[in-house]
Amino acid sequence: MADVTTYREAVAEGIAREMRRDETVVCLGEDIGAAEGVFKTTVGLFKEFGAGRVWDTPISEQAIVGTALGASMTGMRPVAEIMFSDFLACCFDYLANEIPKLRYMTGGQVTTPLVVRTANGGGLGFGAQHSQAVENWVLTIPGLKIAAPSTPADVVGLMASAIRSDDPVVFFEHKGLFASKGESAPPDHVVPLGEAAIVRPGTDVTLVALAYTVPLALSAADRLADEGISAEVVDLRCLVPLDARTVLDSVARTSRVVIVEENPYQGGWGGTVASILADEGFELLDAPVRRVAAECVPLPFADALEDIVMPTVDKVVEAVRQPMAY
Amino acid sequence: MTVPAEPTAVATLDDARLLQAYEEMRIIRGVEKAAHDLFLRGLVKGTTHLAAGHEAVAVGASLALRDDDYVFATYRGHHHALARGATPTECLAELMSKATGLNRAKGGSMHLTKAEHGMLGSYAIVGAHLPIACGAGWSAKLRGTDQVAVAFFGDGATNIGAFHESLNLAAVWKLPVLFVCENNFYMEYTPIRSVTATDNPAADRAGAHQIPAEIVDGNDVEAVYAAVSTAAERARSGDGPTVIEAHTYRHYGHSRTDPAKYRPEGELERWLERDPLDIARQRIVERGTSEAEVEAADERADRVIEDAIAEAAAAPDADPAHALTDVWADGGAAWRT
Repeated sequence: MADVTTYREAVAEGIAREMRRDETVVCLGEDIGAAEGVFKTTVGLFKEFGAGRVWDTPISEQAIVGTALGASMTGMRPVAEIMFSDFLACCFDYLANEIPKLRYMTGGQVTTPLVVRTANGGGLGFGAQHSQAVENWVLTIPGLKIAAPSTPADVVGLMASAIRSDDPVVFFEHKGLFASKGESAPPDHVVPLGEAAIVRPGTDVTLVALAYTVPLALSAADRLADEGISAEVVDLRCLVPLDARTVLDSVARTSRVVIVEENPYQGGWGGTVASILADEGFELLDAPVRRVAAECVPLPFADALEDIVMPTVDKVVEAVRQPMAY
Repeated sequence: MTVPAEPTAVATLDDARLLQAYEEMRIIRGVEKAAHDLFLRGLVKGTTHLAAGHEAVAVGASLALRDDDYVFATYRGHHHALARGATPTECLAELMSKATGLNRAKGGSMHLTKAEHGMLGSYAIVGAHLPIACGAGWSAKLRGTDQVAVAFFGDGATNIGAFHESLNLAAVWKLPVLFVCENNFYMEYTPIRSVTATDNPAADRAGAHQIPAEIVDGNDVEAVYAAVSTAAERARSGDGPTVIEAHTYRHYGHSRTDPAKYRPEGELERWLERDPLDIARQRIVERGTSEAEVEAADERADRVIEDAIAEAAAAPDADPAHALTDVWADGGAAWRT
C-alpha cells in the first residue's frame, strides 16, 4: 500500500521540496515561522530552512503580497501566504492591478514568479468572513494563474509547478480538505498547470469539479452508480490555464454535464465553463448544462445553514437526475 | 501657502557633475513641455501627469544611486524614467502610442519603465509601489548584495494604508529602502495640509516607525543628492530605511485636465522664482563655470528634445499584434486549452 499523507502535510511537503531544490524560494506570511501556520501547513519549514528563508510578517496583507511582488521582480521566487482567502480582499489591489498587469504594461520588461497561497472555502463553520470560496474573484483577472488541488499528491505536484512558474500563481488550498488523506506524492512529482484529471471514468454524465467539490462529485458518482448512472468526474485542478479540452472531450463521450462549484452561482467559474460548452459543445450535448454552486448569499455560521448554502452530495445527485431525463 | 526657505547651497557635486545634473534637468523639462504641447496637438492621448518643477528630485537622487539599485516611481514619473537612463525618444514614443515606445505603447505616460537600469516601473495606484520597493530591498538583503531600493511617491500617498504597512515592515526587517516623498503640497486638487494631520506628511510619520527622516529642499539638486547619498549609505551598510521628504512644486496642474485654478494667487510665481533649473544654473556660474559652457549645455539639451520629438513622431505606430502578447512569461496570453 502506498504511503498515505494528509492534504495539510502535503502543503508543507510541496513547499519544502521546492525550497530544497532552489535557494531563491522564500516564504513570508503571518504565523508561518516558529508557529508553523495557523492551519499547520508550514510545519517543519522554519526548523529546516530557518528565519532567513521563512519570514513572519505583521498583519499587513498589502505589505505581504506587495513585498513578494518586488522580490519576484528582482531574482527571488517568493511564496506568500494570505491566511484566509477572504483576506485577499485586503490586498486586492495587488491581485487586481499590480501582479497581473506588470509584465503586460511594461511591454514584457519584468517577470513576476511568485505564488500567493491561501486557505479557501467553507464547511468548517468559520462564518461569513472566514469561509467564502473566492476562486472566482481571481478568475475575473487576466494575468493570474489559478491552482486549486483536491488531493495531497496534487498539492505537491501543483505546488512544484506553481513555484517553478515564471508567471504569478494564486494557489487555493481548501480548508475543508486539510484533514483529508490520500497517497503521498512520489519523488519529483510535478503536475503541470492547466491539466485536468479524469478522476473517475464514466459514460452517462460528466461532473466537472474543483478542489472541495471533487470529493463531493466522487461521492455523488458512487450513489448514482447505485441507480445505474455512470458519472465521469473531471477534476479541473486549475482554473487558469483552464483545461477546456478535457471537459469538451469528456462531454463528447457522455453528452451530459453538471458543473459542481463552491463559489456563488453569481459570477462563479462554472459560468465560464458553461459558456465554453455553449459555444463549442452545443452539438455534443443531449441535455442542458446544469450548475450546482453556492447560493448567492454570504456564508452562514451554523452547520444546518451552511449546508443549505454550499454544494452537497445530495444537491449534486439531484442535479444529475435532470439531464438524465433527456 | 508653503514656500521653503532659501536653498541650502551645500557643494556636494563638483562643477562637471553639477553641469551634467543641470543638463539632465533641462532635458526632463523639455520632455515635459513636449508632452504638453504634443497633447494639445492631438499626438498624445489619454492623460499626462507632468513633473516639471520636480526635476531636481529625480536627477539628484539618480546621481546618488548605482545603476544596479532599484527605483519605483508613480504615474508622475517621466522624470524618474529619464533620470535612470530612458531616452527622451523612447519616452515620447510611448506617449505617442508608437511601437518603439519604452513599453511598446502598452503602458503610456503613467507606466514608464526602464527595467534594464533598475527603474522597475511607474505605478498609478497611489502608494501601491511602496510595498513592492520593500520587496526589492528584501530581495537584495536575501541575495546578500548591497543594492538599495527607492520608492518615490507624492504627499498624497502618505495617507494610504500601504505607506504605513511599508514603513513598519521596512523598519522591522531593516530593509535597504529609501522612501522619498515628493511633497508638492497638493494631493491632486486639494492642499495636502487640509486633509492631513501633520505639517510634513512623510517625515512627521517616520518617527512612529522608528525610521530617521530628513526634510530637504526638493528644488535643490545638490541637497537631494546629499540626502539620498547619506540614506543610501545607511541602507547599504545594513542600517535600514530612511524617509526623505523633498519639498517641491508642480508647475502644471495635477493632470492634463487640471488647470490648477485652486492655487492661491502668486503661489506659482513664487515657486517659479525658485525653479530648480535656475537654482542650479545660477550656482554653476557662481562657482566659475563660464556662461558659454552653460549655454552650450542648454543647446545640447534643446537639440536632444528636438531630435526626440522628430524621431518619435516618425516612428511606426503601435503594432496591433502586441495587444495579445506579454501576459505570460512565454510571451503569450493563452488562458485555456
